[in-house]
Amino acid sequence: MRRNLSACLLAAAAAAAPLGAQEQPHAFRGATLLPISGPPVANGVLVVQGGKITAIGGPETAVPAGAVVHDLAGKTVMPGLVDTHSHIGGGDGGDRSQPMHPSVRILDAIDARDDGIQRAQAGGITTVNVMPGSGLLMSGQTVYLKLRDGNDIYDLTFCRDVVREVCGGMKMANGTNPRGEAPMAGTRARAAAIVREKFVRAQEYREKARRAGGADRVTPRDLELEALAEVLDGRRVVHFHSHRADDILTAVRLSTEFGFRLVLQHGTEAYRVADDLARARVPVSAIVIDAPGGKLEAMGTNMANAAILERAGVLVAFHTDDAITDSRWLLRSAGLGVRAGMSREKALEAVTIAGARMLGLEDRVGTLERGKDADFIVLSGDPLSVYTRIEQTWVEGRRVFDFANADDRKYAVGGFGAFRPGAAVHVHEGEEGH
Amino acid sequence: MKRIIALIAACCAALPAAADAQVAVRGETVYTMAGAPIRDGVVLVGRDGKIERVGPAAEVAIPAGYRTLTARVVTPGLVDAHSVVGLAGSLNQPHDQDQLDRSSDAIQPELRAIDAYNAREDLVAWLRGFGVTTVHTGHGPGALISGQTMIVKTRGDDVGDALVDTTAMLAFTLGPSVAPNFRNAGTRARGIALLRAELMKAQEYARKAKAGEQQPRDLGMEALGRLLAGEVTAMVTAHRVSEILAALRLSQEFGFRMVLDGAAEAPLVIDEIRRAGVPVIIHPTMARPFDELESASVETAKKLRDAGITVALQSGYEGYVPKTRVVLFEAAIAAANGLGMEDALRTITLDAARVIGLEKRVGSLEAGKDGDVVLFDGDPFEYTTHVCGVIIEGQVVSETCR
Repeated sequence: MRRNLSACLLAAAAAAAPLGAQEQPHAFRGATLLPISGPPVANGVLVVQGGKITAIGGPETAVPAGAVVHDLAGKTVMPGLVDTHSHIGGGDGGDRSQPMHPSVRILDAIDARDDGIQRAQAGGITTVNVMPGSGLLMSGQTVYLKLRDGNDIYDLTFCRDVVREVCGGMKMANGTNPRGEAPMAGTRARAAAIVREKFVRAQEYREKARRAGGADRVTPRDLELEALAEVLDGRRVVHFHSHRADDILTAVRLSTEFGFRLVLQHGTEAYRVADDLARARVPVSAIVIDAPGGKLEAMGTNMANAAILERAGVLVAFHTDDAITDSRWLLRSAGLGVRAGMSREKALEAVTIAGARMLGLEDRVGTLERGKDADFIVLSGDPLSVYTRIEQTWVEGRRVFDFANADDRKYAVGGFGAFRPGAAVHVHEGEEGH
Repeated sequence: MKRIIALIAACCAALPAAADAQVAVRGETVYTMAGAPIRDGVVLVGRDGKIERVGPAAEVAIPAGYRTLTARVVTPGLVDAHSVVGLAGSLNQPHDQDQLDRSSDAIQPELRAIDAYNAREDLVAWLRGFGVTTVHTGHGPGALISGQTMIVKTRGDDVGDALVDTTAMLAFTLGPSVAPNFRNAGTRARGIALLRAELMKAQEYARKAKAGEQQPRDLGMEALGRLLAGEVTAMVTAHRVSEILAALRLSQEFGFRMVLDGAAEAPLVIDEIRRAGVPVIIHPTMARPFDELESASVETAKKLRDAGITVALQSGYEGYVPKTRVVLFEAAIAAANGLGMEDALRTITLDAARVIGLEKRVGSLEAGKDGDVVLFDGDPFEYTTHVCGVIIEGQVVSETCR
C-alpha cells in the first residue's frame, strides 16, 4: 500500500461502480438457468452489462447488438454462492485482553491475496461473510466481501467507504469456545451477564448520541459503543456462533431483550428448538459436518438439522466455516441437505438467496434477476450432483474462475505448489477458534 | 495373528453372533468388484455369514426361507483402509483419545490396538450407517512408531465381537508432526536415525531369539521382530517427497513390507513408489490443504491408479471437527475428479481390502467371502443417494436410510 489514506478512500469510492465492470454486454445462451427466484429456464439467455444482469429469460430473449456471446449449451447457470460464515483472507479479530471487542474490524486484517479467496472462487462462492473467530464473546466486526479478483481489501468489500459505512456484521459466540480465566467468562451465565452489561452501556450511548444529534457528535467518542449502537439500530447484524440448544435460546433471549438482528451461526442443535426459532423468526446459518463430535457441544450434530428447520419454517442457509469445511465444497452442503430431507428448492436457496437475506444483501445478490449483480456460476450439470463441476465463476460480469485455465484449475484440484504455505487459516489439534 | 485371535475369543463371552437368517439381496445393479457389474443381480448369504452365490437373478434363484432385501444399487461392505475410530472417540476429550501416547518414547511398537478399542464408540456406528463394514483402525499418526493397528468389523459390543485381525500393521509417522509430541525426535533426519537404531536392535534381538540365546523379553522388540519377519506390515505416514523416499529406504534397508499412508506428494515420486511395489492409502480427498497436507489433491488417487499403483482411501485421523471422515464421501470426490465411479469404489472395497491384506475375506461379492453387503437407493457417490441397508456377515445391522 503505497497510497496515502485519502487516496485509499478515493479508491474505495471508485469501487462504487463494480470494480472494472465490463461495458460491453455479454450474453450467455443455451444453458439451463436456475434463477432461484423462479422455476428453471431451459435453453435460457442471460445478459449482463456494467456488472449487472440486464436481461434473463427463455431463448426468445433479445441479445443486444455487439454483445459477446457465450454458448453454454448443456450447462447449468445459477447465482454465485453466498457463504454466510468463513475465515478466508487470513484475518483475525480481538485478542484475549477482554471478552468483547465491538470496535475490532476484521477488514483491517484481511489479505486480499490469501489463496483461500481463490479456493472460494473455485467453489463458486461470490459473496462471503468473513468473520473473526469464536474464542471470544464478541470477537469483532465481520466484513461482507464480493470475491472479485482484488489487489487489496477495497477491491473486495460490498461497502464503498470502509471507514464510514457499516461493512459487515458483528460476531458473537457463546458456549464453550469463549470460556476462560478472567477477564473471559468462566460460565455460561457469566458470559450472558457480561454481554448484557455491555449492551446496557450501548443503550445509554445510543441515547446520548440521539441527544447530541448523531453518533459522531458524542464526546468523547467510544468506538466500541458506537459499533454496538449500530447493532442496536439494526444496521449491523449479529452473527452468533452457538451450538447447543440452550445456548441457542440464550442468544435468542439476548436478541429479544436488546432488539438486535440475529443470525444463528452453526446452530448445531437448532433442530431441537426449531419451533422456538420459527416463532422468533430467527434464521440459522448451518454447517454440514461429516461426523458428530470433535468437541462436546457438537455431539448433537444431525445431518437433518436444515431439513427439520425448513419444515418448521425457519430461514436456513449453509456456510463453510472455511477451513472447517473447504470453500470448494459449499454446494455439497446443499446436496447433503437434500439427502437428509430438504426440498431441492430450499437447499439451493440455502447456498444463495437465504444467505443473502441473512447478510441484508438480498437486493444485490442471491438470485438471477434483472438489476441484480451479475454474479453467477457455470456448472457442468445438476448443482446437487457430486459429478458436476463448477466450470466458471463470474463476479459482476467478470470471470474470476475458469476451470479450463491451468492457473485457476490448481485452486480447484490442489497439488504441489497450488497453495501458498502459511497463507490460510490453519486448523490445529485442539484449536477451538471457529 | 491367529494365535492372538484365539486368545481373545477365549476370554470374550460374546462371540460374534451367527447370522440371524439366510439373506438374499437383489439389486438393479450389483457391483461385485469381481468382474462387470451385474444388472438385476442376486447375492445369497448363508447361515454361516458367508456369501453362497452371486449372479443374475435369471440364474440365481432365491431359495425359500431367505429374507430378501432389494435395492437399486448393491456393493460390497465398504472397507476403510485407515482410521482411528474406536481408539479416538467423538467427544475429543482426554479420556476418549487413545490413538497416541505422548507420555513415553517416540517409538512404541508394543502398544496393541486391541487394548484400547471401544466397540461402542459412536463413531463406529456412524461409519457403519454409511456402509463401512470393515475398518483398519488403531494407533494414529504422531509418533515414529505409535503402536499396532487392527482390523475390525463395525459391529459388536466389545473388541472380541468386532475383531478380524489383532495386529495388522505397525503405524509409523515420518515428518514434522512427530516433533511436538516427543523430546527426542526433533527433526526428520533424527527420526530416521532413531528408527534405524531401533530396527537394528530388533534384528539383533531376533537373531538371539532364533539362536536360543537368553535375553530378557522385550515386547517392543518382539513387535518389531514380527515386522522384520514379514508377519506384519509397516504403515508409514509420510507426506513430503523426502519423507516418502526415507520410508522406501527404510523398508529396503530392513526388508520389511510397507504401505504408504497420506502421501500428499506421492504424485511427484510415482516411479519410485511403483518400482518399490508399495501400495498407497491416500489422504482423505477433502483433507484441508495446509501444513503437511499442503500438496493434497483431489486427483492424487487417479494419478497413482493410472500409474498402476494399488490405491485405497481412508477416513484418517482428525484432531477436531469432523472427528472422523467417511470413506464413502471421500471416494465420491475422487470419483468426480478423474477416478470415475467404479475405480473410486475399488479404493474403498477390493483395493482397500488388498492393502490391508484382507482381500480373501472382504472387498468383493464372491462366493466364500464374508456376507458384507451395502444397499443404496442410487449411485453410491451421489450426495442425494442414501445408504438404506448394511449387512455384516449375514446380519442386517442397519436398515435406516442415511
